[in-house]
Amino acid sequence: MSALVESRNLKKYFKTGGGALHAVDDISFTLDEGKTLGVVGESGCGKTTLGRTIIHLLEPTDGQVFFEGTDITKPSKQELITLRENMQIIFQDPYSSLNPRMSVSESITEPLMLQGKLDKQAIRAEVRQLMETVGIAERFENSYPHELDGGRRQRIGIARALALRPKFIVCDEPVSALDVSIQAQIINLMLDLQEERGLAYMFVTHDLSVVKYISDDILVMYLGQMVEKAPSDELFQNPLHPYTKALLSAIPVPDIHNRKKRIIMQGEITSPINPKPGCRFMARCQHVSKECHAPQLQEEASANHFVACCKYKDIL
Amino acid sequence: MTDNLLEIRDLAVEYHTDDAVVHAVNGVNLSVKRGETIGLVGETGAGKTTIARSILRILQTPPAKFCGGEILYNGQDIMTLSEREMRKIRGNKIAMIFQDPMTALNPIEKVGFQIAEAIKLHNKITKPEAERRACDMLETVGIPMERYNEYPHQFSGGMKQRVVIAMALACNPELLLADEPTTALDVTIQAQVLEMMQSLREKFGASVVLITHDLGVVADSCDSVAVIYAGEIAEYGTAEHIFDHPAHPYTVGLFNSLPKLNSTERRLKPIKGLMPDPMNLPKGCKFCDRCQNATDRCAEAPPGVVEVSPGHLVKCVLAGRGDA
Repeated sequence: MSALVESRNLKKYFKTGGGALHAVDDISFTLDEGKTLGVVGESGCGKTTLGRTIIHLLEPTDGQVFFEGTDITKPSKQELITLRENMQIIFQDPYSSLNPRMSVSESITEPLMLQGKLDKQAIRAEVRQLMETVGIAERFENSYPHELDGGRRQRIGIARALALRPKFIVCDEPVSALDVSIQAQIINLMLDLQEERGLAYMFVTHDLSVVKYISDDILVMYLGQMVEKAPSDELFQNPLHPYTKALLSAIPVPDIHNRKKRIIMQGEITSPINPKPGCRFMARCQHVSKECHAPQLQEEASANHFVACCKYKDIL
Repeated sequence: MTDNLLEIRDLAVEYHTDDAVVHAVNGVNLSVKRGETIGLVGETGAGKTTIARSILRILQTPPAKFCGGEILYNGQDIMTLSEREMRKIRGNKIAMIFQDPMTALNPIEKVGFQIAEAIKLHNKITKPEAERRACDMLETVGIPMERYNEYPHQFSGGMKQRVVIAMALACNPELLLADEPTTALDVTIQAQVLEMMQSLREKFGASVVLITHDLGVVADSCDSVAVIYAGEIAEYGTAEHIFDHPAHPYTVGLFNSLPKLNSTERRLKPIKGLMPDPMNLPKGCKFCDRCQNATDRCAEAPPGVVEVSPGHLVKCVLAGRGDA
């Protein structure tokens, strides 16, 4: 059986005044039904662009995307419509992703109306059902987004994404705008939905503790490239790339007795415009040597654990 | 009394809007010792920022209205000071690091000038001397002084936050109010900034009020912690009290809501429901609608403060009975 979603050497460059901005540079992964792929990295590393390119909100520059074994890199208009039913996205900011002039039920009705498969009555019933699924009380049906708090707004975003019964949802930082107590409610909801409906998630986030919790596999991005990919537990127990190590050590842990020794990285993420061919992390890495100036190849360090660093064996 | 740099007693702040009164801060008691870092933790809208802004008296009035209480700074109630006296304290003795470095700087002035401006305002020194000190401050926060003449848009988020910190520390304040100083930053940059603040605190010996919603950040840098809920202090104690023996159901709920890095559980335990609307607060315990242990008594009257162990204060009727 082929994977539900596959990305093969996917690239997305943006033209800028200064040259080509390599937002996504040669990313490959597969994602099976009912599984979650976490994508982590700092702001500006291309994780949102990756999510948007996969579901064809952005046209890829190069590479291929497959959905259920079919190449969907350049879909026809008709194909794109079916594609949208199967692939949805939950946006980061529930304050700006909803139409302020649409009430809760209108917002959730919209995708069903556009699909045009159900009659009015069936849509009404479906909307009620969706609201119940995501936990919005019926009395909010005619409320507008500005009357609701962030958690409820994000629930509407989820209901909209679920409306067409997709198989795959890109979740672009769905909880980072929410308070922890609400964040936990939304994460539990997403896990429940995944169990019930066999959804596959691509979970884009910068919050490493959330990603560990929800993901089966984790892909670490740095300046458009994949620097490491491994099963969730493996990545946290045995990070290999110096960037992953620094990233994990930087997570503040709510424990006053085990203050970790942090690896403080020097400098900040460098520019993704016309990057040099060598390792992109070089400028901030403590272990730089001559070999780092050559392009870094993906190596399978152990089963399903990929790392793109020529020195990973020396820096254990 | 003398070792308390700042003491807040029964502070209450309301916002008056056209339709309603928002009870943002409802009787907060807090003290900050010299050299201490205290963390104010709570959700959006809990009143954390209002407390910090009250200390500096930079709340816009109206809509804000002080409804009682006093803020004693070095034993003097700053609520009674004239605006002129207040200006001498603001930015000089008490300084603030704002949450969003993208908007806290003036986009049309050079960063060096913005630091020098603060120094010159509070010290009787010449312009070149102020500029020299501003350069020193830039170097202190890890920015090469060659960048003195650059504008904020030429800096990244982490660098801007360093500039904001340099501005706050420029006059060597006794008290630093840091309002979510790292929330807008990536974890790796957050680690850099926290590390820097730690070393600067040791160097300058300032007391810090650190406002955050991230318990990880608190664990990392605070001596004592106040958990704020709906404008009240739900729990107050040393970091050991809060992290090892959390006694208020809200604090316990907050810890349970966090995804743990070393746990294999597949379900988080969120706090059910939402924070009450500050325009329409319940008459009893503010947390009782969301509390698992709530009794009829909790909804009727507000709970008193219980001292469960020396210095560990909990606003819950069940505290100290072992069943909270």
